[in-house]
Amino acid sequence: MAYNLKKEAEKKERLAGGHRLCAGCGAGITVRGVLRALEPEDKAVIVNATSCLEVSTFMYPYTAYEDSFIHSAFENAAATCAGVERAYRALRARGKVEDNFKFITFGGDGGTYDIGLQSLSGAIERGHDMVYVCYDNEAYMNTGIQRSSSTPRFADATTSPVGSKTQGKQQNKKDLTAILAAHGSPYVAQTALIGNMKDLHEKARKAIYTEGACFLNVLSPCPRGWRYDAADLAEISKLAVETCVWPLYEVEDGVWNLTYEPKEKLPVEDFLRKQGRFAHMFKPGNEWMIEEAQEYVDRKWAQLLARCNR
Amino acid sequence: MPKRERRSGNEAVAEAMRQINPDVVGAFPITPSTEIPQYFSSYVANGDVDTEFIAVESEHSSMSTCIGASAAGARAMTATSSCGLAYMWELLYVAASDRLPIVMSVVNRALSGPININNDHSDSMGARDSGWIQMYAEDNQEAYDNLIQSVLIAEKCRLPVMACQDGFITSHGVANIEILEDDKVKEFVGEYEPENYLLKHDNPLAVGPYGISPYYMEIKREQAQAMKDAMPVILEVGREFEKMTGREYRFFEEYMMDDADVALVVIGSSAGTGKEAVDMLRAEGKKVGLIKLRVFRPFPRRPLAAAMCKVKAVAIMDKAESFSNSGGPMFAEARSSLYDLPDKPYCINYIYGLGGRDIRVDDFYDIYNDLFEIIEQDDPGDVYRYLGVRDSRYEEEEQRMIKETYHPGAAREYGIDKEKYEV
Repeated sequence: MAYNLKKEAEKKERLAGGHRLCAGCGAGITVRGVLRALEPEDKAVIVNATSCLEVSTFMYPYTAYEDSFIHSAFENAAATCAGVERAYRALRARGKVEDNFKFITFGGDGGTYDIGLQSLSGAIERGHDMVYVCYDNEAYMNTGIQRSSSTPRFADATTSPVGSKTQGKQQNKKDLTAILAAHGSPYVAQTALIGNMKDLHEKARKAIYTEGACFLNVLSPCPRGWRYDAADLAEISKLAVETCVWPLYEVEDGVWNLTYEPKEKLPVEDFLRKQGRFAHMFKPGNEWMIEEAQEYVDRKWAQLLARCNR
Repeated sequence: MPKRERRSGNEAVAEAMRQINPDVVGAFPITPSTEIPQYFSSYVANGDVDTEFIAVESEHSSMSTCIGASAAGARAMTATSSCGLAYMWELLYVAASDRLPIVMSVVNRALSGPININNDHSDSMGARDSGWIQMYAEDNQEAYDNLIQSVLIAEKCRLPVMACQDGFITSHGVANIEILEDDKVKEFVGEYEPENYLLKHDNPLAVGPYGISPYYMEIKREQAQAMKDAMPVILEVGREFEKMTGREYRFFEEYMMDDADVALVVIGSSAGTGKEAVDMLRAEGKKVGLIKLRVFRPFPRRPLAAAMCKVKAVAIMDKAESFSNSGGPMFAEARSSLYDLPDKPYCINYIYGLGGRDIRVDDFYDIYNDLFEIIEQDDPGDVYRYLGVRDSRYEEEEQRMIKETYHPGAAREYGIDKEKYEV
């Protein structure tokens, strides 16, 4: 059935309003978008890594989730979900649970790229029937914008600040989606909050309804950390895709597919200029930063095209 | 009829787990507990159980899978030792605060560093304040019996339980033990019927909130209450188990305590060695007794004080160092329990057996004689003592300390002239 935003939006929200996420935050949109891909009759257990999302959606005694939910720690969301999933298998086999459940974990980039990578790698390798969604906002936003291995090079973060000797993060962003694809997961995809959310919806649907341990990486901008106006979330997401800073693709059973190719690849500075975290790159004398950022994006894009047989 | 079989402690625990047939087991290998998931996975492979066994990539994940599974409504179990337990640390507190009745077989081993694979209690003693019930076994039979009882205790209290035994000493030592019939164990542990769980039909549950200051303290107080309420539950489950097996299980075992003048408090396999010394001294007509603590959390402070109200001197044995400069963890707890007695016995502490250092019947024999000397001298001397350690390099420093902070007992011990140094 063709995707229809209007129809999808009519579904009952599974992340209720009233949570405490900031205006212009990508995390809430990511969660709502992913959960909309669930069939209304299917039940779900939602798992969170400790994160902005977790502390904003389940502050005792209120939960924003309509479904069952568990959070246990920062670095173990995938393993926690694995335990829930195996309990489901055991209890179903013993006739104690009859409902159809899906298992969806959300973690930020800190909880996914960094401290939770071992737990995630283990869960993906074991092949639990679950989806792990990384809402990637490219830094530790919950603790106050510290750099993570997902933070792009040159970005100003509180533990990779712009100083007189070094300016912003010194290393490139870790390519986590490729790492997860290398695990041999049946479905791995990268998506963003763009347009009518069709790309997110379709990939979330595939991830949820493909048997096995699937992974979605969703670029989820953060107005505080990236320093943009709350209203610009959609535009920044779109620019990330149109500049090929954040390409949209999926890997199904090891086969790489580009799911969107910009008609005209925009220069990377179009994406950078909108954000305060890259402001220093536009100062006189720092032109080399933009050049190197562009070179890096071009190189990664060429690699991706080759992987996708383009 | 129950059957008598030769079983190592690890085999006994794995056998109990087979009989319990939990819904989920998540585990990771670490010496000396490795055999437990190893034996258990062969039960899974042969269809002897229908448990979902998760061979995770770390102990951190084994506890995480147990938390997820238990919250989902499953009976979840694991096993670990030493650094594996240490790696779970953060999640031990989460499991207890979420009130999840996870049962963990802990095969006690020293913590690194230096790395050491042999037995002491530093792993579980370090986790003593994590909110888990802790039970310790003297021998293979108790390791088996405690594990079975743990399931019921955990579920009735809604608290996780560590069922501990001594690494290698009992875990790998083979003994003739009584194995219950499968159906008896099945009937004893019954079906796990949690009130609320993630997979419950038409009633979603949220677990693991952000607990801000207006709520956090009440949550902790309720956890503390659950630990208090565990006291009668442990006795009740012990009585039920005794009905089935004839084997008695309380907070602790009193050995020759009725008329004892001096006593020892000890945990785990060393209790058996201590009992030998008791028998020797009793044969000499000396009134000595021994208390083998089975339950460390909740700490049975009133029953323990009652059991020791008539003794004149007690040696409290710690197979763990807490680097407090005032004795080991058992000493702190047990001596504190005796503080409210009208006639307090003298209490001394021995740190012993670290990293698998042997303790022999002779050592216990000497300790009892030390206690008699304390009574005779009416002075405990230095209460924080080490057993079986080469400590000559500290003597000079200790002499200096004694001179600076005069203590009559210590002065006597080190042959220091009282008149000369008294302040």
